[in-house]
Amino acid sequence: MSSDYPNDLRYTKEHEWARLEGNRATIGITKFAVESLGDITQVDLPKEGEAIRKDAVFGTVESVKAVSDLFAPCSGKVLKVNDPLSDSPEYINEDCYDEGWMLVVEVADLKEIEALMTAQQYAEYLKENH
Amino acid sequence: MKRAQPIETRQLLHSEPPIFEQGSPGRSGASLPPLDVPAVDPVAHFGALARAADPELAEVSEVEVTRHFTRLSRWNYAIDIGLYPLGSCTMKYNPKVNERVARWPGFAGLHPAQPPSSLQGALALMWSLERLLCEIGGFARATLQPAAGAHGELAGLMMIRAYHQDRGRHPTQVLIPDSAHGTNPASCTLNGFTTVPLKTGADGLLDLDALRAAANGETAALMITNPSTLGLFEERIAEIAEVVHRAGGLVYMDGANLNALLGKVRPGTTGVDVMHINLHKTFTTPHGGGGPGSGPVGVVAALEPFLPTPTIEKEGTSYRIEYARPKSVGRLRSFFGNFGMHVRAYTYIREMGGEGLTRATEMAVLNANYLRARLQGAFPLAYDRPSMHEVVFTDKRLKKETGVQTLDVAKRLMDYGYHPPTIYFPLPAVTGGAGALMIEPTETETPETLDAFADALLSIVEEAVENPQLVKDAPHQTAIGRLDETLAARKPRLRWTKQSST
Repeated sequence: MSSDYPNDLRYTKEHEWARLEGNRATIGITKFAVESLGDITQVDLPKEGEAIRKDAVFGTVESVKAVSDLFAPCSGKVLKVNDPLSDSPEYINEDCYDEGWMLVVEVADLKEIEALMTAQQYAEYLKENH
Repeated sequence: MKRAQPIETRQLLHSEPPIFEQGSPGRSGASLPPLDVPAVDPVAHFGALARAADPELAEVSEVEVTRHFTRLSRWNYAIDIGLYPLGSCTMKYNPKVNERVARWPGFAGLHPAQPPSSLQGALALMWSLERLLCEIGGFARATLQPAAGAHGELAGLMMIRAYHQDRGRHPTQVLIPDSAHGTNPASCTLNGFTTVPLKTGADGLLDLDALRAAANGETAALMITNPSTLGLFEERIAEIAEVVHRAGGLVYMDGANLNALLGKVRPGTTGVDVMHINLHKTFTTPHGGGGPGSGPVGVVAALEPFLPTPTIEKEGTSYRIEYARPKSVGRLRSFFGNFGMHVRAYTYIREMGGEGLTRATEMAVLNANYLRARLQGAFPLAYDRPSMHEVVFTDKRLKKETGVQTLDVAKRLMDYGYHPPTIYFPLPAVTGGAGALMIEPTETETPETLDAFADALLSIVEEAVENPQLVKDAPHQTAIGRLDETLAARKPRLRWTKQSST
């Protein structure tokens, strides 16, 4: 499981991941989410400078199966958006932890990230719930 | 089960190129006489608005046009060809008597701008249909204007907004369970409301605690579908309505699944304030491309002042069109809505009568539960509660044991001669990576048809065990095989151009 869910990331129950560097977090969706969704065809993300709120919907991801909401792992201001995803959503399918990242946000409260699941906890959560 | 076989297809079907790739330059279906008036220069008259180049229209004869569309129509699937178990859509059989009545010259030949004195029959029909729908739904009044379900949602939410504004209130939020139709949040956004999603509880029903936590002074309404898109009856609807009402909000019910309630539950008496009714679902008017749809909206007395204009009023023995409604949200559709659909729905309701409609609901629920009993071993249920008119299965077992998924099963069903059910919906059934099959057989299917359909699904499960690739590559019997849906969604080609055809 370790390569499916890298140890340096934190995870939500809604299958988003966050990578903390200083007070910045990079956000994306997990391998489990990608496999459940199937081929992703469109991503709708907030714009630079907008605020996202922990546990609130910050965007949507559309696959051949369904449109799903994206839930923010933390509150903060959007610093960067992975713009190439709008033309090439397949990056999320191909590499959800690197090229398929979605947002970089300035984290308002670092404790929110610390409270997320570790890779091991997330793997256990998946085992119990799916 | 009896092992089923894919259908044999023996009729002559033409492979048909786009119409733009047929014909010959200069060919036309009409023989126009030579121009005998001075030619007009479009640029001189319209300047920059004039076309620089001729449009790339097909240049074909009348016979070519007729054959093209007739051939394409033979590729089609329809309720008159076979079972159409598309969950949430209520693909009911459209009785032929409806069509006959709608074609009576007294209805079909009317013009809506005729003086009301010459429209009395049509106005009487609409007035009566409004009363029948109110009787069925438990409402005070209804508007027949909305052209479809989503248009009904828009109308209902406009009335809810007007109701609050009339009381000097401006609540901003609408609460929507995550099992809702996708049109619900869209209708809220169009009305300037933000939506607050409510998670489905572990039992598949709306979670009362989540509702209590979300309902407050900002709550304009709750939009609830009952039975829900999971095919489950929201048993706590009265309690739910009370929570919303206490917060100052109204209860909007998406009536898409009304087919499960006829003669059993009148939503207006369960605390629902506004509900749209899909005539093209519950009341047998044509659906989809064969529509148009029709989405009347029923309201309780408190919302009556806000109904769209015009309304139809009866005075003595005559009917008049009423425009003077100062608090109305205004006109939402040209003339009176899709009147041809009103004729069909009225015909159906009068033909069935109250007892007949009740029996239709009972049969719809029975048929769904029959399929549930036959299929739940192979396809575990999304939620194990009593099903109403539709039932949601998952592919959990099949996927684990064979790698074959919902999409593959749906594609393979075509080879057995059936329209696939709704798949990967509703959302609570597909969270966690499961695939969902949402099956709604409707009341008119015979036990033989239901058995044959169940046999087909169970045969596909056997095929998936024996030869999963066969199912993963399906369909095999159709004119066109498995399409690249991902490419089509990522890089859609929406119109023909000369370049794209080469």
